[in-house]
Amino acid sequence: MLDIVAAGKSYRAGIEALAPVDLRVERGEFVTLLGPSGCGKTTLLNLAAALIEPSSGSVHWWGGDHASTGAQGRRLAMVFQSPTLMPWARIDTNVRLPLDLAGVLRAEADDAARDALALVGLADAAHQLPRELSGGMQMRASIARALVTSPDLLLMDEPFGALDEFTRQRLDAELLSMWSARALTIVFVTHSIVEAVFLSTRVVVMAARPGRIVTQVDIDEPFPRGDDYRLKAAFAERCVQLSRMVAEASGAAGTAR
Amino acid sequence: MSAQPVASGTAKHGRLLRFAAPVLIAIVALALWQSLVVAYDVPAYLVPSPLRVLRALIEDRVLLFDSLAVTLGVALSALAISVMAGVAIALVFVRSRWIEMSLFPYAVVLQVTPIVAIAPLIIIWVRDTHTALVLCAVVVAIFPIISNTTLGLRSVDPGLLNLFRVCRATRTQILLRVRIPSALPYFFGGLRIASGLALIGAVVAEFVAGTGGQGAGLAYQILLAGIQLNIPRLFAALLLITASGVALFGLTVWLSHFALSRWHDSEISASD
Repeated sequence: MLDIVAAGKSYRAGIEALAPVDLRVERGEFVTLLGPSGCGKTTLLNLAAALIEPSSGSVHWWGGDHASTGAQGRRLAMVFQSPTLMPWARIDTNVRLPLDLAGVLRAEADDAARDALALVGLADAAHQLPRELSGGMQMRASIARALVTSPDLLLMDEPFGALDEFTRQRLDAELLSMWSARALTIVFVTHSIVEAVFLSTRVVVMAARPGRIVTQVDIDEPFPRGDDYRLKAAFAERCVQLSRMVAEASGAAGTAR
Repeated sequence: MSAQPVASGTAKHGRLLRFAAPVLIAIVALALWQSLVVAYDVPAYLVPSPLRVLRALIEDRVLLFDSLAVTLGVALSALAISVMAGVAIALVFVRSRWIEMSLFPYAVVLQVTPIVAIAPLIIIWVRDTHTALVLCAVVVAIFPIISNTTLGLRSVDPGLLNLFRVCRATRTQILLRVRIPSALPYFFGGLRIASGLALIGAVVAEFVAGTGGQGAGLAYQILLAGIQLNIPRLFAALLLITASGVALFGLTVWLSHFALSRWHDSEISASD
């Protein structure tokens, strides 16, 4: 589905944001990019979103180049660190946006937006403006907008990083339900080990200076994962294991949560 | 729940104060002015009393309001042209950095050169006086529209731009759906400044042109009243120009509030 081959990113000043990395994401996976600040997680995600060009190597979507990301039935969607909603537009208009841009008929787009809002529990907020919603609700609207096109690949850049722990855990659980119900393929960026272990089928551990992939760990715990999963010994063991990996890769203990 | 009526009461009180305070100051100042002129028996050709100015305004109303219509016509035409041309130029600037870099310095040159120095040339070059006056006012009023709108069209949330890129939006879609709405608060800021400048430009141009007769504007009435030592009429004409400026500013404030009050912080906090 997504194939990143020896792709690296350097900037003009000679700063190497990301050393050449290989990453392959298969259909139905929930892959998390985990690492401390400055390890190139967002750079790697931006490469996957075709928002930036690799300085070396290549990125392939569905076996094709960038042009194939917009092909019918091969949609790529992204959720950013902030909700990035248009403040002047109602929530339903915001959610409908990707379909409007793709030229989908109004009635069809309205139906899809209504479904997406219902999926994230915001059916009643359709006619409200973003400023009238809480941070958590705005982020849900942002997820609804990403899901409205039924994307084949969903990229999420620390979407819950700015939320309180309670809201974050609830949205993590809801995201996992949506991933399962809609058979989504997700690449998720976080610096929270707990979040990575809870959500992922595979965790890609990254380190900084230069940004690089250190190792990849399969989280083979069964789904669905509820709150009780967080209390299991296997969950704690995975967290400790990943914490050590991140600390070792960063060259100092305790650099990641 | 109990905090809401208190908050709304405070907001109402704030709004009332915003109008009442300047009105009160004006009444006190006018009363003081009137009493000083009467007490010291100041002749009307030096400083007329407010009541004398009011009488001149009523007695010369046909002459003054005809002239006001001319001046306002020039100012409003100039403002409309400034908005249309200014926004069009800003859109071109945003489309191409090269064009912006090549032409923006000349917009600055036009802005910093005093209109009093350019107006005689424009009046010589353009045969039709009314067109020349409008052109002078446009030269003064257009810069804030160009400058603010260009800034606004460029000041788009980078996250939103990335979202549109991920959705593979065209440049036109980005312009219509993100850049133009994002630029509205900046545009209205420019419009507030331009409305006042259009009136100033119109009056200055009329002064320089010195056109009399039927198509004479308020500036000509001020010149004429000064020569005739008809100071009450001069004050009355001045009062009309000031009132027009305040009304124009108020109109732009209302337009801005109408367009932005639902979503933009500047207008939301203003209405709180």
